Amino acid sequence: MRTKNTILFSLISTFFLIFLISIWKILATLQGLSINSFNIEIIFTFGLLISLAHLGIGDIIKSIYKSIIFSAIFVFCDGYLIQKLPIWYNVGVFLILYFFTNKISKYTFIGLKEEHSTQVILFDFLTLFGILFFSFVILFPFYMMLVTSFKTQIALLVNPLDFSINFGQDIKDLFKSYFVIFKSYKFGKYIVTSTIVSVGTVIITLLFAIPAAYAVARLNFFGKTFLSTSILIIYMFPAIVLVIPLYTIFSQLGLRNSIEGLLIVYTATTLPVAIYMLQGYFKSIPKELEEAAILDKLSWFGIITKIIIPLSIPAISSVALYVFMIAWNEFLFSLMFLDNPNSFTLSRAIQYLSGDAETPRQYLMAGSVVVTLPVLFIFVYFEKYLVSGLTAGSVKG
Amino acid sequence: MNDTLANTEKKTAYILTLPAVLLVFSIILFPIFANIWISFKEVELKDIRIPEPRAKKIVKSISDDPSKIKILYKLRNSSLIQEIRDVSFQDNFPKNFEIENLDPRCSFKKYNLKCEFGNWPAKYRENFQVIFATNDGSKIDKKKLKSIKPKLDGKSDNILLNTNFTLKNFKKVLFENEFVDLLLTTFYYTFFGTVGSIVFGILTAQMVNQKFYGRTFMRSVLLFPYVAPVVALAYTWELLLDPNSGTLNSLLLNYKIIETPINLLGQKYIEISILGFDFKLRLALTTVIMFEIWRYFPLAFLFILARLQAIPKELYEAADVDGASPFQKFFNITLPQITAVISILFMIRFIWNFNKFEDVFLLTGGASGTRTLPINVYQQGFAISDIGMGSAVSIVIVVLLLMFMFFYFKLLGKRVDEN
Repeated sequence: MRTKNTILFSLISTFFLIFLISIWKILATLQGLSINSFNIEIIFTFGLLISLAHLGIGDIIKSIYKSIIFSAIFVFCDGYLIQKLPIWYNVGVFLILYFFTNKISKYTFIGLKEEHSTQVILFDFLTLFGILFFSFVILFPFYMMLVTSFKTQIALLVNPLDFSINFGQDIKDLFKSYFVIFKSYKFGKYIVTSTIVSVGTVIITLLFAIPAAYAVARLNFFGKTFLSTSILIIYMFPAIVLVIPLYTIFSQLGLRNSIEGLLIVYTATTLPVAIYMLQGYFKSIPKELEEAAILDKLSWFGIITKIIIPLSIPAISSVALYVFMIAWNEFLFSLMFLDNPNSFTLSRAIQYLSGDAETPRQYLMAGSVVVTLPVLFIFVYFEKYLVSGLTAGSVKG
Repeated sequence: MNDTLANTEKKTAYILTLPAVLLVFSIILFPIFANIWISFKEVELKDIRIPEPRAKKIVKSISDDPSKIKILYKLRNSSLIQEIRDVSFQDNFPKNFEIENLDPRCSFKKYNLKCEFGNWPAKYRENFQVIFATNDGSKIDKKKLKSIKPKLDGKSDNILLNTNFTLKNFKKVLFENEFVDLLLTTFYYTFFGTVGSIVFGILTAQMVNQKFYGRTFMRSVLLFPYVAPVVALAYTWELLLDPNSGTLNSLLLNYKIIETPINLLGQKYIEISILGFDFKLRLALTTVIMFEIWRYFPLAFLFILARLQAIPKELYEAADVDGASPFQKFFNITLPQITAVISILFMIRFIWNFNKFEDVFLLTGGASGTRTLPINVYQQGFAISDIGMGSAVSIVIVVLLLMFMFFYFKLLGKRVDEN
């Protein structure tokens, strides 16, 4: 049992080490270093040796010293194998090894005897592996988007793997792509359009949704159940089947290429979610408050503006942020309804930009950064509100 | 007393809900019915423009006589295919104007020129000319004259409103449109996208449900692909996967893992042999599905995580006392607790993936074997400009969706009954 566990432990930890070092090597390659091989065999041998040595040495040396010694040996050998690499690369390798040896230091030779210890080890390492793997897989495209926007066409042609940013250069050269998209491609205007459309959608949606949600949450009327179920069903209905009829109607009414047209469609598509989310919250407000208000001869309008809205500011702001994000990210309708560059939204403008094969990719990426940053900023800043909203309504997508 | 109170309550409820209901019905429900109507018609993109009578006003001075002026109206029917009936024309002039040559179709009263041009066939053009003189001999301000725009009006048939119906569109959709291939592609895309995102959702939720440093940060990061704009993400992926200078291919070439670049988004099939079995993998479709999973597993993650956090801790403590292994705990406690959430997720994601348009459109445009039904709506309606066909494909989507919902709820209802 112990032998089996020892072998498994060293194999799993070795694979984890290989994974860590490989990611580091990929990132280093993308900084323009010429690393042409992962040297997996060597890292494999080293990993096995380190984990076995760790078990063998046990408590004789303090674990900090142990980690430092292992890391130093590894860095030395690695540096010897692939020469001419800058110091920062080796420092990175050292830190990774230090992290790794620290992680394995909680496993002891005696501990491996325990029941299920293989599964515990597997679970622990899978969790660690998962965290790193998913962080890498998710953040890598965002990272590449950002770095590419700072490169020039020529630099990328010379070495397509060199994404290092030269901070020494002039600010104007560094942000050249951004200056170009704002100057030659009118991105400033598109930002304004996108903002007007998104904020407008939020305001109109709230104006329509708050009264409706209040009625669904509180009042008794014929057709109430029908209404609340149809809200959910409509929410499931696909935007793509609306496109052709709306296109024909909007063409005949002259609503294409207009902000009003987009506002109408965006409001209609976000209303069901907004009503659904708000009525859930309104139901949780104690009824007694309104009963007191009715005794005070407050009208329905007064109840909504003086009691319901002040009490549900968190829910309303969550719906607002949420609708903002949907409207800001929306692409299908803006593709269908806008064909005049003067009325483009950001998403549509980027798609238009990519339609021209001549457009350098760093401009495309700069545009992508411009459209992505506000959303990510809002999301990270208001995460608490948004996550509860996401689970309650789940953004359509 | 009570009755009136209930009545006012009802009335208020209708007043409060009416605006939202009207808007949603007119923008969402009405188009779905309009689709049925259009799908039985032969309509092309160019037919939906309403034909308009147009006039371009050109002001010309007459040499030697500054008190006289010639006005040329270039009249035309904007439509190349439809007739306009009973065209009427109106234009205003300054008070000192007198007309020199009055066309028999026109009348000039109170400085207002009115004409009845009758019917204009498609592509109709006419140069219509009037000469005016001022009655007091004063000079004519050409700019002012030009700034007054003539008004034209006419009646025409709206091709969408007539009652000529045909089954041609549906015949084409079902028999000439490589329908089986279209269905299969859509099904692969939807099914594997859904299953993949749920599997990754379970893995990540299980992961984040443990305690580790930077857990809240990790939760935000995991949601990034879901909240970021699809346009930005699709183009970033396209750039990463590009066969010529894309980062992925460059990396693989650099490490000598491959010898020639792979066109992950542009190649329909790739030959793969595993254990001596050769089979063809639909490469572009697989890549698009990967993008789909990458972008939508966060939703599954969020739902499952919320459920995981609601599982009572006592269950795990009891299992620990019994000496259960981590895998036993996962399969015997965690999984049964999240099946309900998974089945809801499966439905939601299946429906939304089934209708997904933007992702595929931006990555491949529907080329190299990634043409799904929603892409086909766009291609028929806007690339081939056949609105009727596009609508017919939309109807097919709606019917399939309703069928799916029906079976899903029937199955779910049965399960509930059994318990």
